[in-house]
Amino acid sequence: MFDIQEYTAAASLADALNRLAERPDWKIIAGGSDVLIKIREGKWAGCSLLSIHGLPELSGVHMDEQGCIEIRPLTTFAQAAADPLIGSRLSILAQGAASAGGPQLRRLATVGGNICNGAPSADTAPALLCLNAVLDLRAAGKSRTLPLAEFYLGPGKTALEAGELLCGIRIAKEDYQGYRGCYYKYSQRRAMDIANISCALWLKSVDGAIADIRLAMGVAAPTPIRLPQSEQALLGLPLEQGRRRIASLVRQEIQPRDSWRASREFRLQIAGEIAARCFAAAC
Amino acid sequence: MGEIGRSIPRLDAKDKVCGTAKYTEDLCPAYALTAKIYHATVANGWVKRIDIEKALAVAGVVAVFTCMDVPQLPFATAGHPWSTDPGHRDVADRLLLNRRVRFYGDDIAVVVAVDEIAAARGLRAIQVEYEEEPAALTPEQAMDMAAAGASPLHEQFADNILGRSQYQEGEWPCSTKGLIAAKGRYVCQGVQHCHLESAVSFAWQEGDKITLVSSTQIPHIVRRVVGQALGLPWGKIRVIKPYIGGGFGNKQDVLTEPLNAWLAQKLPGRTIKLCLSREEVFFATRIRHPMTIDIETLADRQGVLVARSYSAVACQGAYASHGHGVTANGMTAFRDMYRQSQALRQQAITVYCNAPAAGAMRGYGIPQETFATEANMDDLALALGMDPIDLRLKNMMEPGFQDPVTGITCHSSGLKECLRQGAAIIDWQSKRQAYVGQTGPRRRGVGMALFCYKTGVYPLSLETSSARMTLNQDGSIQLHLGATEIGQGGDTVFAQMAAEACGMDTADIHVVSFQDTDVAPYDSGAYASRQTYVTGMAIQKTARLLSEKILAYAADLSGIAAGDLRIQGRDVVKQDDGQPVISLAALAEEAFYSLENSEHISAQTTNHCRSNTFAFGCSFVEIEVDMPLGQIQVLQAVNLHDSGKLINPALAKAQVHGGMSMALGYGLSERLIFHPQSGKMLNGNFLDYKLATALDTPDLQAAFVETQDPTGPFGNKALGEPPALSLAPALRNALLHATGVKINQLPLEPQRLTAAFRQAGLLEGGEDHV
Ligand SMILES: Cc1cc2nc3c(=O)[nH]c(=O)nc-3n(C[C@H](O)[C@H](O)[C@H](O)COP(=O)(O)OP(=O)(O)OC[C@H]3O[C@@H](n4cnc5c(N)ncnc54)[C@H](O)[C@@H]3O)c2cc1C
Repeated sequence: MFDIQEYTAAASLADALNRLAERPDWKIIAGGSDVLIKIREGKWAGCSLLSIHGLPELSGVHMDEQGCIEIRPLTTFAQAAADPLIGSRLSILAQGAASAGGPQLRRLATVGGNICNGAPSADTAPALLCLNAVLDLRAAGKSRTLPLAEFYLGPGKTALEAGELLCGIRIAKEDYQGYRGCYYKYSQRRAMDIANISCALWLKSVDGAIADIRLAMGVAAPTPIRLPQSEQALLGLPLEQGRRRIASLVRQEIQPRDSWRASREFRLQIAGEIAARCFAAAC
Repeated sequence: MGEIGRSIPRLDAKDKVCGTAKYTEDLCPAYALTAKIYHATVANGWVKRIDIEKALAVAGVVAVFTCMDVPQLPFATAGHPWSTDPGHRDVADRLLLNRRVRFYGDDIAVVVAVDEIAAARGLRAIQVEYEEEPAALTPEQAMDMAAAGASPLHEQFADNILGRSQYQEGEWPCSTKGLIAAKGRYVCQGVQHCHLESAVSFAWQEGDKITLVSSTQIPHIVRRVVGQALGLPWGKIRVIKPYIGGGFGNKQDVLTEPLNAWLAQKLPGRTIKLCLSREEVFFATRIRHPMTIDIETLADRQGVLVARSYSAVACQGAYASHGHGVTANGMTAFRDMYRQSQALRQQAITVYCNAPAAGAMRGYGIPQETFATEANMDDLALALGMDPIDLRLKNMMEPGFQDPVTGITCHSSGLKECLRQGAAIIDWQSKRQAYVGQTGPRRRGVGMALFCYKTGVYPLSLETSSARMTLNQDGSIQLHLGATEIGQGGDTVFAQMAAEACGMDTADIHVVSFQDTDVAPYDSGAYASRQTYVTGMAIQKTARLLSEKILAYAADLSGIAAGDLRIQGRDVVKQDDGQPVISLAALAEEAFYSLENSEHISAQTTNHCRSNTFAFGCSFVEIEVDMPLGQIQVLQAVNLHDSGKLINPALAKAQVHGGMSMALGYGLSERLIFHPQSGKMLNGNFLDYKLATALDTPDLQAAFVETQDPTGPFGNKALGEPPALSLAPALRNALLHATGVKINQLPLEPQRLTAAFRQAGLLEGGEDHV
């Protein structure tokens, strides 16, 4: 039994935005796999829910004439993992989505929910950071775009304003064309687990040297992060040198937390190692 | 008749797979009220004041009771038979709700409401003021604090020590000249049973009788303890046990049943459900005893053990539960498994501290002992430069051995053959060679470990079991037992044994699966690894009596002497040539409806089992260690068991798979974590407690060496707990083989591994961030 005060399913995107404008205190529920947990824990007990589940305007993956790919927020992990556009062009995102939970969870949980929930361990976040994803945020009568890197403010804290809805995640062609990559989720179990640390790496090489590299990690900081210093240091290096240097660069740059889930020392060890493995896999 | 040794499907398989099997919550009426417990948020101290006014005002809240309201009748919860000797009784140290808070999560109040939501809102409205004391979270802290004059957890145990044992044989060698030593401290963590079905019951009072439906392994013991906790005559309590979704020893303890029964008494006429959440099951029921074990072994250069010492300190947590019995059990297994030529020194203590109570859990102290002993044996083999199997073969228990204290005797042993087959399956000889001197970040190793296990609890505790068999009108038989099906497959093998003993087909034996203490014959319940052994004896005895009665009736009808008749399948036949005399159906019809001599043919006996016997087995594993990631991949895992004659080989195999999966979690990933200051359990949920998923579980192989045990009713010995014993140390020993690193603390989790590998200089580039 869940302690929910009121529940309404929005009839359309416009309806959802209007209702949110009226009742900005209502919680948005998509797949519910984070929302229901917060209600059960008591954190959100007694809240009211506005469901956006199944709204066609918020579903699907599309590419426009410029090659920009838009992932609508209700795309589930299972859909993202199996989508041909994502699979062929944004492989690291497909890997991230496929690594979450178990089969049931992946059919329920959405990419939009994953981002808006703001967890440092979100499995689609490192990939989307590497892809320079831009968010389409709308409220009744307003809309704005924001790079994902600016969306994360702290653990569980995002730039989403009251009444605002995430309506799309956009990735420009120049952010995926010619890149290869790898996502590595390090967790204690092979399923049904959150990452102790995770790494997405997006690499473009020309003549055996690093022409561009993007490196992002989960649980390495209070939010998912890019690693600009490591990226800078690796840029232009021959691949072989990059492969040898990446682990220590990563370990120097990140400041993971010491917690009962994993020590700082352990996270540093793993972070360097999985970054190196991602690099090797992307070469 | 050949009913023994047949792999028939479980009697309850279809119902459980299709969802038609009824569990406690399926039976609970929708109108039942819901009770939810308020748990303490300090680890040590007293409840000074508790404000329930706001909770009572919450819509839907029916009643709130607190630790100030409960009867002052301390009770013991361990699922042991009652002892008529007051000196041997379990420690009665609990009240229904406790003012004296002894761990973070102690039960201090309860809200009864119309539904879960109202109950949860009620809980959030309760305000408690504590008088807090510093918490003692480990045995060391608890003993130190008591020594420094802090008030003990329980007044009758001033030093916080719940129990201690000692044993000694021979003189410890004064010189270790010419001897090889292996010495280590082996540390085992607390884990939880993680049965899928929660601890759940519902209760109501009608007249002055309380009925309780509960997911328990021990209905007759629950009845007794509820009577004791409420100060009621035991006959006024009725306990019903439906199908249960796992217990693994946690439900061999009386959990929330007394509280639920008391609520029924306070609110007569209302039905009240008390179902713990998963999180509550983790911290508010029972756990496996965390244990620290020091072992020293001395051997001569040929590998003959000369002297052995064992010292265990167990963390009991806040309440006695099964307590020191678990720790002492480990001591016995250490004594029994190997011989030594000169000296044996043993001691064990169990210490109260401000932590969840430890109780019974599959293996009852032996998983801890086996981890320590078998790790130490591999350390010794390494020091001797000897093959670990050879070392064990030289020193392990042989048939004829008798424990000097309990008198339990080794009547049969297939252990040597288990070792031989295990070595062949894992390709021991060549892999032990092949994996010497590996380099690089991934390394392979093979390891093994073995165990012995006592089948029952005789002579430590009463082993009484009763069975009743009644003939139905159609010639089939109803089998009533006090022993319980708890998912282990008990009902199926009970039916097979009854059929075998009568000469009938298993299909014609109907097991009354739900125990109802008003009508079920007495048996203390399902625990240890004794059900098939102890209850099997009662079934055999009862079936023989029933057969005699059936044959006597057949003799009356046919004029053939009973001694010349026997039952064969659905007929009574002539002893010599097997010619049918009368079908059981025709005989039953006559017996029920005869105008001359009607009789409901039935038999009931009690068997007092006065024997015990050792089961044996071993585990062999091959692993690959990914050192930079601290991960162990199990490439192959096989358990081999001598459990005597197998009643149902397919079920036996399933039992082994389940036990191995439990041992795998114990060995690799499971561990309860507590906040170092507050004592709050931090990972009591299925996200943070790393129970292996299907993807983390390798193929589990099971093989058997069948012996015919002379004491078992059908040649059978223990199998319930043995599969959970030897896999964890086998993994540890394989890790030692693969990397040369000794890790003496469970679980072998990545963080522990990478730290140890770094210390051993096995991680490249480990220095660039120190
Ligand atoms: C068993 C289990 C396993 C899990 N395993 C993983 C895992 O391996 N990796 C992982 O990353 N996560 C995991 N999660 C967490 C969760 O599934 C993900 O974060 C998921 O992506 C959330 O999506 P949802 O649609 O269920 O979100 P919801 O629970 O519906 O919403 C999540 C949050 O986002 C907000 N929100 C949702 N959609 C929008 C929108 N369009 N605009 C604005 N706000 C919105 C909600 O208000 C809420 O705050 C797991 C959860 C469970 C229960």
